[in-house]
Amino acid sequence: MSTEAPAPGLTTSEAPILSAEDVTKEFGGLVAVNRVSVDIPIGSIVSIIGPNGAGKTTFFNMLTGLYKSSGGRIVFSGRDITHDRPDVITKLGVARTFQNIRLFGAMTALENVIVGRHCRMRAGLFGSIVGAPWVRNEERAVRERAAEALSYVGLRPGQFGQLSSNLSYGDQRRVEIARALASDPKLLLLDEPTAGMNPQESAALTEFMRKLRNDLELTILLIEHDMKVIMGVSERITVLDHGEKIAEGAPAEVRENQRVIEAYLGKQG
Amino acid sequence: MNELQAQLKEWRAAIERWLPSWWPRALAVGLIALGVILPQLFSVTSNFINTEILALTYVMFALGLNIVVGFAGLLDLGYVAFFALGSYAFGWLGSGWFFKAHVHVLTHGAPSTLPGIHLNFVLILICAGLFTAFAGAVIGVPTLRLRGDYIAIVTLAFGEIIRVFALQGPSLKIFGMPLTGGELGISGTDAPYLPGIGMFSELNIRPWYYTIFVLVLIALFVNVRVRDSRLGRAWVALREDEVAAVSMGIPLVRTKLFAYALGAAFGGIAGAFLAAYTTLIDAGEFQFGFSIFVLSMVILGGLGSIWGVVLGALLLANINYYLIPDVFNSLPGDLGLNFNLTDLQVSIFGFLLVIVMVLRPQGLIPERRRKIEFTRGIGETELDEPAVDQAWASVEPGEAVK
Repeated sequence: MSTEAPAPGLTTSEAPILSAEDVTKEFGGLVAVNRVSVDIPIGSIVSIIGPNGAGKTTFFNMLTGLYKSSGGRIVFSGRDITHDRPDVITKLGVARTFQNIRLFGAMTALENVIVGRHCRMRAGLFGSIVGAPWVRNEERAVRERAAEALSYVGLRPGQFGQLSSNLSYGDQRRVEIARALASDPKLLLLDEPTAGMNPQESAALTEFMRKLRNDLELTILLIEHDMKVIMGVSERITVLDHGEKIAEGAPAEVRENQRVIEAYLGKQG
Repeated sequence: MNELQAQLKEWRAAIERWLPSWWPRALAVGLIALGVILPQLFSVTSNFINTEILALTYVMFALGLNIVVGFAGLLDLGYVAFFALGSYAFGWLGSGWFFKAHVHVLTHGAPSTLPGIHLNFVLILICAGLFTAFAGAVIGVPTLRLRGDYIAIVTLAFGEIIRVFALQGPSLKIFGMPLTGGELGISGTDAPYLPGIGMFSELNIRPWYYTIFVLVLIALFVNVRVRDSRLGRAWVALREDEVAAVSMGIPLVRTKLFAYALGAAFGGIAGAFLAAYTTLIDAGEFQFGFSIFVLSMVILGGLGSIWGVVLGALLLANINYYLIPDVFNSLPGDLGLNFNLTDLQVSIFGFLLVIVMVLRPQGLIPERRRKIEFTRGIGETELDEPAVDQAWASVEPGEAVK
């Protein structure tokens, strides 16, 4: 089975697509993320796990520029993005989804995905007002692409024109992934993608993540709570606890790690 | 109440079935035709047409404010600033105000011999638009980090700052010349001249009417095009969820400043036109009440709804400048009461607004998306249990979409 083949990125000596060095975030006196370093090899699927409040989402928010880190350095594809704005980082090729789905509720599924394409479009104020031919062509092409992306994540064409807030929870997750994919990312960040899903759906999503990586040559970084998903899909796992990295490695190693077991189950004896 | 609503809904559906699909277009063409013919039905100095000129100017103001408040969702309470700046742009570039200067560009007739800066009317409108667009962006900068009510407070303060500047203008000197006329105003503005039409005057107000009519058509066109563009979608996205929008690659600063600048430009052009029409730029006019008046038009018509805003502006301007002072003013006297209707102008106005907001809070012609935002959370069911449906991985990439 193809999924048993050695994971791309792990065996090569290529530079990581994203590397965080000693990244720190302080909110007032609280250190939410404390000197965390993570390297994400190109083409891999990497998970960040940890108990609630471990600083996983904060770490994500720093990677995408929503939070300014208080210290450390983040390098994406050889470029220092520590101080870049979120939209600049997206344009460089980092896309994300959110833990609590953040679709534009008053827009249709298709419009949501078109917005995701924003940073790859060129139409300006003047071109749009005049209705220049290339603006119209671009608009048409983006519409077609967005529809393709929605089919790719498994929406029926009949749902494209529905308001995203009227879609089922699972479909909203799909639209959010399609929206993230619309920006042609090299690195996809998924924040608890299986939250609220039943086991069958989680399993399907796990399969889908592999397919995504293989089809689109993506690198995927995900935050996850569902151990089954994590152990099934990740090639590397980083464990955070109280804002600090306590373990890192292949799933099998992490599972045996004493500190990880302590963090999740509490110290014994 | 519910039965009545159901009945209305039924009737509406019946009417929509009966109308051909192109009725909105036909209606638009019909309304434009009506707009073109209207002044021909009245005398060249008709008071009604005079009101319509004001009403159309307000339509333009409202269309501008609608971009900021309706499209981008930035509550601007200082829109009067752009009325003021546009008016002053006209005063500075189209009168003898800066008497030491001798600048004439494409002018015609008397103004081309007088001292001061005299530009062609069309040029002044363009300059006023550019100037206020710039000012709009500058005023927008401090609001970028703010949300909702706080934006309202900052813009309100800017409106007041501009007003105080205008009032104190006589003591602000540029090369020994005062900046504004304060409460005395800048008077003696140039009458616009357009080739083919000639010099505008108050003896024949039809050219004024057609000028603002064309300006409104341009504003409408721009509004429609921008609403359906990449930028328009970015505004909606920012309005809906700022964090998600910037994470999708929408540059926050640029997108918001575009809204401020474009909205301000329309305000500036309308302000310059109004200054030309009234031939006086009086600092006393730039009151906070103006911002509220225009905002009422936008909200009454339907936030973000272009056609709603046009309707709201036409209605409120006509009530304010025609129905109350001219048509029904003597009504209380006729009924044996000892007051004029104009004394109650503001109360009537407030009363009407309250009625509309109670009966139709989403506005007269609500915009589709705004309507959804408005009713969100009302009668909404809990999120559906995630259904086990087709597997994520079962769809082939790039499967044809028809």
